Amino acid sequence: MLDVFIERIRAAHAESTPLILQGGGSKAFYGNTDEGEILSTRTLTGVVDYQPKELVLTARAGTPLTEIEALLAEQNQMLAFEPPHFGGAATLGGSIAAGLSGPRRPHAGAARDFVLGVRIIDGTGQPLRFGGQVIKNVAGYDVSRLMVGALGTLGLITEISLKVLPQPATETTLQFELDEAAAILRMNQWAGQPLPLSASSWHAGLLTVRLSGAASAVHAAQAKLGGDPLNDAAAFWQRLRDQATPFFDKRPLWRLAVKPTTPPLKLGDALWVEWGGAVRWLASERPAAALRAAAQTAGGHATLFRGDAPPDGVFTPLAPAMLTLHRALKQRFDPKGLFNRGRMHPDF
Amino acid sequence: MLSPAFLSKLRSVLPAHCVLNEREDLVPFESDGLAAYRNVPDVVALPENEAQVAAVLQLCHENRVAVVARGAGTGLAAGALPVDGAVLLVLAKLNRVKAIDPLARTAVVEPGVRNLAISEAVAPHGLYYAPDPSSQIACSIGGNVAENSGGVHCLKYGLTVHNIMKLRALTIAGDVLEIGSDALDAPGYDLLALLTGSEGMLAVITEVTVKLLPRPERAQVVLAAFDDVAKAGAAVGNIIAAGVIPAGLEMMDRLAIRAAEAFVHAGYPLDCEALLLCEVDGVNEEVSADIYTVRQVLEASGATEIRTADSEEQRLKFWAGRKAAFPAVGRLAPDYYCMDGTIPRAQLPHVLKRISEMSDEFGLRVANVFHAGDGNLHPLILFDANQAGELQKAEDFGGRILELCVEAGGTITGEHGVGLEKIRQMCAQFAPPELTRFHEVKAAFDPDTLLNPGKAVPELHRCAEWGAMHVHAGRLPHPELPRF
Repeated sequence: MLDVFIERIRAAHAESTPLILQGGGSKAFYGNTDEGEILSTRTLTGVVDYQPKELVLTARAGTPLTEIEALLAEQNQMLAFEPPHFGGAATLGGSIAAGLSGPRRPHAGAARDFVLGVRIIDGTGQPLRFGGQVIKNVAGYDVSRLMVGALGTLGLITEISLKVLPQPATETTLQFELDEAAAILRMNQWAGQPLPLSASSWHAGLLTVRLSGAASAVHAAQAKLGGDPLNDAAAFWQRLRDQATPFFDKRPLWRLAVKPTTPPLKLGDALWVEWGGAVRWLASERPAAALRAAAQTAGGHATLFRGDAPPDGVFTPLAPAMLTLHRALKQRFDPKGLFNRGRMHPDF
Repeated sequence: MLSPAFLSKLRSVLPAHCVLNEREDLVPFESDGLAAYRNVPDVVALPENEAQVAAVLQLCHENRVAVVARGAGTGLAAGALPVDGAVLLVLAKLNRVKAIDPLARTAVVEPGVRNLAISEAVAPHGLYYAPDPSSQIACSIGGNVAENSGGVHCLKYGLTVHNIMKLRALTIAGDVLEIGSDALDAPGYDLLALLTGSEGMLAVITEVTVKLLPRPERAQVVLAAFDDVAKAGAAVGNIIAAGVIPAGLEMMDRLAIRAAEAFVHAGYPLDCEALLLCEVDGVNEEVSADIYTVRQVLEASGATEIRTADSEEQRLKFWAGRKAAFPAVGRLAPDYYCMDGTIPRAQLPHVLKRISEMSDEFGLRVANVFHAGDGNLHPLILFDANQAGELQKAEDFGGRILELCVEAGGTITGEHGVGLEKIRQMCAQFAPPELTRFHEVKAAFDPDTLLNPGKAVPELHRCAEWGAMHVHAGRLPHPELPRF
């Protein structure tokens, strides 16, 4: 099955043909515009191994997320980083290459935290295997995690091993009427206490938090926090995870990742706060430079998530020393710059 | 040997008391925690701030002199072993806790700060730093990042890589890298992950921003005895399948149990083949629910005896035996050699059976202690270095165990790192194209191969030679330090 991909990449390497690596295409909007012939992983499907007692699942890159999540649900397990589907046919490979995580991220960890191993084909057509199927492994550089969020620019991911987790026995979602500043403060105060928090959101005067765990623990926390229980909470979090509410249709839509305690940035009212305050979604026509400066002052970075890219690209430009390293790494994994050219950075 | 001209330049960029090159001052730095590997350094540089670190690196870079970074020197894989003709760059004096932000749950620390000192510094805020390698009273956070250190609580709380937010690091050219951010991610490639566990081969860390967690409200431990190691192994999987992620899940075999009991009188049952310790922590009600589940699963898995610690005193007593397992086993023989393989848990009965067979074959006893929750096996090979050939046999046996771990689908090192000790087994774990790529990753950071040369990743031609080559390995110094 892999031979087809190896052959195709070797041929592209010989002819210097750029390639666009694509899974389900659900995140085609994300990143800068790239160029080349499409190389789809949609035929590279199937769960290779799943051992619920080991908490490890291995699947080929083109396997739809829905298929993996259904299989895990049969064993009351889950992908704890809650990768977004964005309403499309998201694949595991695309989710790992994009490195995006959902509402549970601040509490359970990000996509990169769950990756145990990968198989890739590099830009010369060389298949490589890094990491493995065990939770503790410090042999060699952590190239597996380097692939997470690299947007395919360092190699075609063909197979991934992930740590999975049990689903919580119970979940309850509570809502509180609070202004932005009070909600951000509350999110951070609660995160510093032993509470079974698993997600948080603030939008339009409403703080929403999810509690997960044993029924007794969730009920005790609910009694402590107060608030109003939200009915149909699963749908609320699914919509937030997939950006399936009208708020996320606004353009340009910016993602400001900041230190979670950052007070309100006062950059506009079209705002959705997530991840305990660490992400501020903002629909704003303000200049990219102004938004980036605000995010950097707040210890983070700003990404034009959806909409037309500013001239210097959708991602916050890298410092010179970091850019040099990025170029050097790209050179080692994809010397001719064939994969997703320009997707992460205008130069590569 | 380093030239007098270079040494004089080194003295010009550091205060006089920060450069050691008298033999009696250098000998304490001849090894890290794996003392069978010794090499007196040519010179030791002990900078006191980042600017001095940068000055040393720039000087070394200009003069093509190699640099071996070292933290507290507690590593167990000879990763900080001095290299001939290199500067040993000791970061122990960069030991300030620079900032604590209780609301954001982070601390900014210099690399020489001890692991436990972080948790102590933030304890007044009800917070702690989760990774707890057994050497945590002595090991430094910079070394933890370099080795991606783990501990007893990895299954639930992760390794170092899961618990840091940001690094400041210097390249060999002395350029500052800001990696990660105060947010939960950063633009570009995940260099935070790449640097974590890179064993001082890519850059020198000068500042770490760590993530802090609220102290769990309650922790409780259950002890269970089994008449069969395979049943104990199956019980571990059954606990996880029941939806419980224990904070700690440890196993000991018969020899380890008996040694520990004789040493610290933890009250362990002695008429069993395997002992499990399962600790759950979290909010009060969650712990109660989990303890109930764990007890049921252990019973259904055929435990011959189950005890729940019902006081903090008893909890600590249950743990005392496990934590003393290494020195306890150390009383059974003049020397022991600790291995660090990881396997898929389901392979445990098979791997333990093979180890037992090899034990007969080599004529050396083995005690097994095991971070069962995450599959990290620490077989302790007992030997007597004063008997001709026994050290060699112990090394060969250890190498065979690591190769067995790879065959079983696991890895040669779960948490100690490769260093120099396991460099030969890297040839068993990785094929030439991956090893080549590791060298290329290093070259992207350090094109002249000046940072910790010769460690962690073997040269391909050495892999070919090593079939017959003897790599010197050995025993733990300071058996009084807890290592588990």
